Amino acid sequence: MTFVQNLTFFVLAAFVGYEIITKIPTNLHTPLMSGANAISGITLIGSVVVAGSGSTTLATTLGFLAVVMATINVVGGYLVTNSMLDQFRSGDDRKRRGD
Amino acid sequence: MAAILGGLSESALAFVYLVAGVLFIQGLRDMTHPRTAPRGNLISAAGMALAVGVTVLVTDILSPIMLFAGLLVGAAVGVWLAVTVETTEMPQLVGLFNGFGGGASALVAGAELIDMFGTGSFQVGVTSTAALAGIIGSVTFWGSLVAAGKLHGVIDDSAVRYDGEQIVKALFLVLAVLAGLHLIARPNLLGSVPLAGWVPSYWVLVAAASILGVLLVIPIGGADMPVVIALLNSYSGLAAATTGFVLDNSVLIIAGTLVGASGLILTVIMCESMNRSLANVFFGGIGEASGSDEEMEDIYEGNITTTSPEEVEMILDVADRVVIVPGYGMAVAQAQHAVAELAELLEEAGVEVEFGIHPVAGRMPGHMNVLLAEADVPYEKLKDLEEINPTFSQTDVVIVIGANDVVNPSANTADSGPIAGMPVLNVGEARTVIVNKRSLSPGFSGVPNPLFAQDNTNMLFGDGKETMQELVNIYKENH
Repeated sequence: MTFVQNLTFFVLAAFVGYEIITKIPTNLHTPLMSGANAISGITLIGSVVVAGSGSTTLATTLGFLAVVMATINVVGGYLVTNSMLDQFRSGDDRKRRGD
Repeated sequence: MAAILGGLSESALAFVYLVAGVLFIQGLRDMTHPRTAPRGNLISAAGMALAVGVTVLVTDILSPIMLFAGLLVGAAVGVWLAVTVETTEMPQLVGLFNGFGGGASALVAGAELIDMFGTGSFQVGVTSTAALAGIIGSVTFWGSLVAAGKLHGVIDDSAVRYDGEQIVKALFLVLAVLAGLHLIARPNLLGSVPLAGWVPSYWVLVAAASILGVLLVIPIGGADMPVVIALLNSYSGLAAATTGFVLDNSVLIIAGTLVGASGLILTVIMCESMNRSLANVFFGGIGEASGSDEEMEDIYEGNITTTSPEEVEMILDVADRVVIVPGYGMAVAQAQHAVAELAELLEEAGVEVEFGIHPVAGRMPGHMNVLLAEADVPYEKLKDLEEINPTFSQTDVVIVIGANDVVNPSANTADSGPIAGMPVLNVGEARTVIVNKRSLSPGFSGVPNPLFAQDNTNMLFGDGKETMQELVNIYKENH
């Protein structure tokens, strides 16, 4: 793929991101941040590629470290977001649970 | 298995990445409402599992043990951190996760450069984006570590300023950029010299950017952390996106850019909520010039009315509408459960209760909302600044707990100073204001708060949790 094609993805994704995220209520800003942060762990894909195919020991070692860090980011990020969102309840939810 | 899938054509792989990208976008779209948000998070996680799973299957893996060991270790640490965290520690955990994402991106770009050195050909498109990924990733990693350290209380969280600060930072930025330019222009300069295979100019860049990351966050004080956390969030996305350019990988670019946009929007919202520019937050310096003692005495002397939980209970007894305004002090005292209990008791007694939440209250965007959600306060009760401000004039009692600058009326009137023009919660318009604080000490801005001296304000001094619990107990006894 060419640089320009990649740039196309970048620009379009920026607009999509802007449109969606401006609609997210302030209530959910922390889960948004932590959920988005888990998405940024997508760099794990890059880490997998370099850790798996590294031709030198050094590249493999760096890849290994990157895999560890990115996996912490992904796994921890999604879990924490999930437990946070679980706690957001409406008044109706509470009544249904019989509080 | 891997061999069969290894034959998977490149366009099929690109298609799977597209699906993952769509799942990320849909996941974020579901975040627009608390009801659909948990599903959104699952959709986004499914996209991640799909993208990573396919990549593992398709890539020719020369060292599977290293790869799977890395995945296992990372997953174990991630689960452990996520399961053991207390809600009050959430800001530093989010900060820490940001840093890991950014750090991983910087390492991936470095490893890719080393691999390319082996093949002997460097493309400008790759070296230039690798330089960017290295700078952004390193700044994110070290900046986030410092931010998390400050939030966790390991590093002093006051605003540390020194002479020539901006020049020192500029020097490290210039050094990182020069190393980047060298990487782009002459990646093979050292040729056969030992260690040339490490692509040293990249690591000079990483070192300079790392120091820059530390220097950028060290001077920033506690109350400005929401801006820093949001900006680092944006950077961790941008680092992933630039790494996507290095590896020529579409899903990295799409996902990274979404996060970059999200973090940037939050950063802008946080800055606007303080009426300050991003440059002012990072380079301006606030909080070190605390208001003079005489100025404080002029305002407070003889005008402070103190009250007790017993009195507050009587005031609440005749109220029809109560608004609770929490601040970082509530998080520090871990008073959210007592506050939530008080709100519930009042509601049972037929009082209308709402929470007024300032966008920068706390240490990260949405901090108060998460704490109150943990304490089981329904999210419809949590109102933001625009919604709650017009209602204060019809409110009988406002209880301010652990908030200061965000309820300072002088922000509306002052022409200059750290909080001039900052949108604040106009709690003084209510009939009675109860302020629970430990002392009269000024907030982060160092500006004295005339609200405390207002005729309709009663100061309820004491630790947030103890005071609120006492109030709850007295209220229970009398109802």
